[in-house]
Amino acid sequence: MSNTNPLLKAWYDKETRSVIVQVIAMAVILGFFAYIINNAIINLATLGKDINFNFLWQPASYDINQHLIEYDSRSSHFTATVVGLINTVLIAIAGIILATILGFILGVMRLSNNWLTQKIAYVYIEFVRNVPVLIHILLVHGIMVNTLPRPKQSVNFGDTFFLNNRGFQSPSPDFQPLFWVVAGVFVGAIIFAFLFSRYAKKVQDETGKHYPVALINLFAIIVVPAIVYFLLGSPIAWEVPALKGFNFKGGMVIRPEFIALWLALSLYTAAFIGEIVRSGIMAVSHGQSEASHALGVSSGRTLSLVVIPQALRVIVPPLTSQYLNLTKNSSLAIAIGYMDVVATIGGISLNQTGREMECMMIVMAIYLTLSLLISSGMNWYNNRIKLVER
Amino acid sequence: MTEQTYAPGTHPDLPPPSNTVGPIHWLQVNLFSNIPNTIVSLVAIYLLAISIPAAIDWLFLKATYVGETRNDCARDGACWAFIGERLQLFIYGFYPEAERWRVDLSAIMLAVAIAAVLWERMPARGWMLIYAAVYPFIAGWLLTGGMGLTPVDTNDFGGVMLTVVIGITGIAFSLPIGILLALGRQSNLPIIKYFSIGFIEFIRGVPLITLLFVASTMLSYFLPPGSNFDLLLRVLIMVTLFASAYMAEVIRGGLQALPKGQKEAADSLGLNYWQAMRLIILPQALTISIPGIVNTFIGLYKDTSLVIIIGLLDVLGVGRASVSDTAWVGLSTEVYLFVAVFFFITCFGMARYSLHLENKLHTGHKH
Amino acid sequence: MKLINKVFTGLAMTAMAAGAAQASTLDDVKAAGELKCVVTTGLAGFAAPNAAGKWEGFDVDFCRAVAAAVLGDGDKVKFVPSTGKTRFTLLNSGEGDILFRNTTETFSRDVDLKLTFLPVNYYDGQGFMVPTALGVASASELDGASVCIQTGTTTELNLADYFRSNGISYEPVPIETNEEAYTNYVAGRCDVYTTDASGLAATRAKFENPADHMVLPEIISKEPLGGAVRHGDDQWADIAKWVVNALIAAEEMGITSANVAELGAAAGNNPGINRMLGTEGSYGEMLGLDAAWAARAIAQGGNYGEIFDRNIGPDTPLGIARGLNAQWKDGGILYAAPLR
Repeated sequence: MSNTNPLLKAWYDKETRSVIVQVIAMAVILGFFAYIINNAIINLATLGKDINFNFLWQPASYDINQHLIEYDSRSSHFTATVVGLINTVLIAIAGIILATILGFILGVMRLSNNWLTQKIAYVYIEFVRNVPVLIHILLVHGIMVNTLPRPKQSVNFGDTFFLNNRGFQSPSPDFQPLFWVVAGVFVGAIIFAFLFSRYAKKVQDETGKHYPVALINLFAIIVVPAIVYFLLGSPIAWEVPALKGFNFKGGMVIRPEFIALWLALSLYTAAFIGEIVRSGIMAVSHGQSEASHALGVSSGRTLSLVVIPQALRVIVPPLTSQYLNLTKNSSLAIAIGYMDVVATIGGISLNQTGREMECMMIVMAIYLTLSLLISSGMNWYNNRIKLVER
Repeated sequence: MTEQTYAPGTHPDLPPPSNTVGPIHWLQVNLFSNIPNTIVSLVAIYLLAISIPAAIDWLFLKATYVGETRNDCARDGACWAFIGERLQLFIYGFYPEAERWRVDLSAIMLAVAIAAVLWERMPARGWMLIYAAVYPFIAGWLLTGGMGLTPVDTNDFGGVMLTVVIGITGIAFSLPIGILLALGRQSNLPIIKYFSIGFIEFIRGVPLITLLFVASTMLSYFLPPGSNFDLLLRVLIMVTLFASAYMAEVIRGGLQALPKGQKEAADSLGLNYWQAMRLIILPQALTISIPGIVNTFIGLYKDTSLVIIIGLLDVLGVGRASVSDTAWVGLSTEVYLFVAVFFFITCFGMARYSLHLENKLHTGHKH
Repeated sequence: MKLINKVFTGLAMTAMAAGAAQASTLDDVKAAGELKCVVTTGLAGFAAPNAAGKWEGFDVDFCRAVAAAVLGDGDKVKFVPSTGKTRFTLLNSGEGDILFRNTTETFSRDVDLKLTFLPVNYYDGQGFMVPTALGVASASELDGASVCIQTGTTTELNLADYFRSNGISYEPVPIETNEEAYTNYVAGRCDVYTTDASGLAATRAKFENPADHMVLPEIISKEPLGGAVRHGDDQWADIAKWVVNALIAAEEMGITSANVAELGAAAGNNPGINRMLGTEGSYGEMLGLDAAWAARAIAQGGNYGEIFDRNIGPDTPLGIARGLNAQWKDGGILYAAPLR
């Protein structure tokens, strides 16, 4: 064995070796990508296709049942994408809110000293999280469509709200000009509340004087706009849905597809959030609440000032991934016909135009962006509540 | 009556005071300790009292277990007759009837392989572990045929069998790939590090169904012209890659939890990178990450149900296809509940085992 | 990482070895020994597996005829089930060699999706089905109705156009497959189910009491249904095209599955029949097949009329009359190009 072989010598040198390994890795990676891209180019050329996004400006030619912006069959594929994106974001936000609320309730129930609530929460969490979310979605949708009455036999809530297998119909607001005054007051109240809390905190830090901040802010945000609203003569006209022909006309409708997806995603994710909340609260050592009690702090304030802020540090990172999962799981909408971004651009548009590459690129880019936005938002929040160490 | 006397220290224990034992006391402490608690308990009892009998009624008492069509079923009870009639389809999918012994055989062999992995006191465990490692390949041969067996098209795979095939393959292959990705992400070599990060974050950023869709329809664009390979194989690859990205993150958590001193100690003993990883770092990091790994397994197993979106008929897919049978219209609730119970039993089993393992490996280092 | 790359490259290499240099579809099919035919996931009468798991139906018989012509055996077909959405991708990506899935020939599919359409084998049109109890007599009364549609089909586009041009509002309920549309329609999620009239007949036949449902008189679109192959392989397109033509022409000439063997045994007095059955000329070789290609295709499932009658004709549960699909001599518009 000769140790003078320059190649062998180079291999035993850590620096050189890492360079060699990386060059090889780079070559393999680049080669692989070059290879598949080359294949794609050849395959597309054989079929006479190209990669071209101009189809986005052609009329989509199909209708979408739930569109929050102006859309009809003459709108472009691009508009259809935006409609789908809005529907995705809508279900994600609605799902995150409901799942968080339910999850916190479940987490607290799990820690309750009431045996019954604790066991109910346990059974619920274990059953729900061990069953695929797609089954939840199909089950809820199946139950809604098969067991709710048809429009003519709708469950009627005082002739204003109706529930049937076409969805939940409710009156829709028609905003009159004066309403914007109320809206202005409401925004003003929120700004006031924000400034006032900062002022109150400053005063308390400096002088120890304590304002009932929560009460005053609640009054400013809810009661004041309400008074203004009634003083101006209730400037919202409600359009009440009425049964005409096949369906209800007028008002707003929340479709069974949305409800099924929303409930299923929230109930499913809530089971995970419940466990996260439980372990978060359990991670806060008993000494903390005992010390707080020893200082004479009340139970409620102990929870809000001592336990929760510390528990949040444990809760937020896994909570983020649950939010991400919920958003990604909303793509299962396609199984029940909720028109999210996968169903519009990644489904019908893709099929009508035959542009698989372009459409899937758009869909993936949208989900990557959404994931990035949620993670960075939650990271920002996490950094805010993080323990500042010396 | 004479008073019994005892020598000091020999008096038998007296029964505890009656208000600290027994069902009444238990109820007092656990359900009715104070007013809010009592209210909550009463509400909960009321809700259970109205929902549980109704559920039992529908699920069992008024249910129909035998029948030919939907009309044989009682309208106010579940219709399990349908599930019974379809049970073969639910288990084997469209696997040719004459060849179903192969599915049964691989299932038995799978049970042995799992026992080998999980049961530490198994006789001849070393050999059994080798057997478990080659099992996926044996099963692959058994199920698809060739080399002496009648070939069976993977199109005919379905039901529980397909679910288990995808789940087990994903679990068996995602762990090693996940370990490599996690090590890659921690690597000092920037190219490998950034490639790993890019791969992991891309996979974690998109929904599985978009990847499955790519696998089912677009992958052949990226293959050499005119070539093609089996749809199930493509799905298996995608599911495995998907799970390994999540696995990598779980294992990275375990790696990060190890103190730096471990690696430094390994270095000072003169171990090279792979020796250090294999002997010092990974055993500890994997032990720490067991709960996360099992959770990823469960997640992957549940995600197998998404393959119905691209037209593979797993246990949920078979159920969904059956729902539209004209003779059995409107039974979605029964079918989905049945499939839900199937998934629950398997996933809950895995979760329980993970808990058991966690407790066993919990050697007291924890603070 | 490196391992993954190895796996990838390894797989790609294997695939490359299998595919070698790109061969023609005909050679691929011959090499594989089976024809991969893209069909529906199940539409009674057109393509559906029977109780024994064997595929049957109108579209299926065309697949089998092509397989018989090319491979000599109508059973050497691998059926690739597809939804309305996946069918073209499956064909274009090579998952299938040919598509017979009651597919409407349109400009954008032909030109933009890069398909080559085969001669029309079924003239259809889009209609509506409603429960009789609704008391609707015409599509113009459907204002405000919820309509179940199969996504990714031309019906979706026709529907949007029809309701838009008639100024009627509706709620589209998008569904992936015919079966799901059926389930939703039965559950009352939608009032109306719309698809091609043939599909409506097939769906209606599945009901316990078909009289509870009626097909509205309006036919809102032209739906010339036919098979399709990929752009770029003219030889393969020619084979498929002429198999379909041969089946239609066979009915016109009176060649049936019963007499094809006899007629094809030796040249007879009818030069047209002789050319078709390969006892005269060398039309088979021009296609890259042998002389008996058409005879085999006809022997497999009979001529067009036999296929029609067996699967969807008046004596089947679907009970569809020939109508537009009769031979041109009988008042229909089936008019096969001559084989000469």
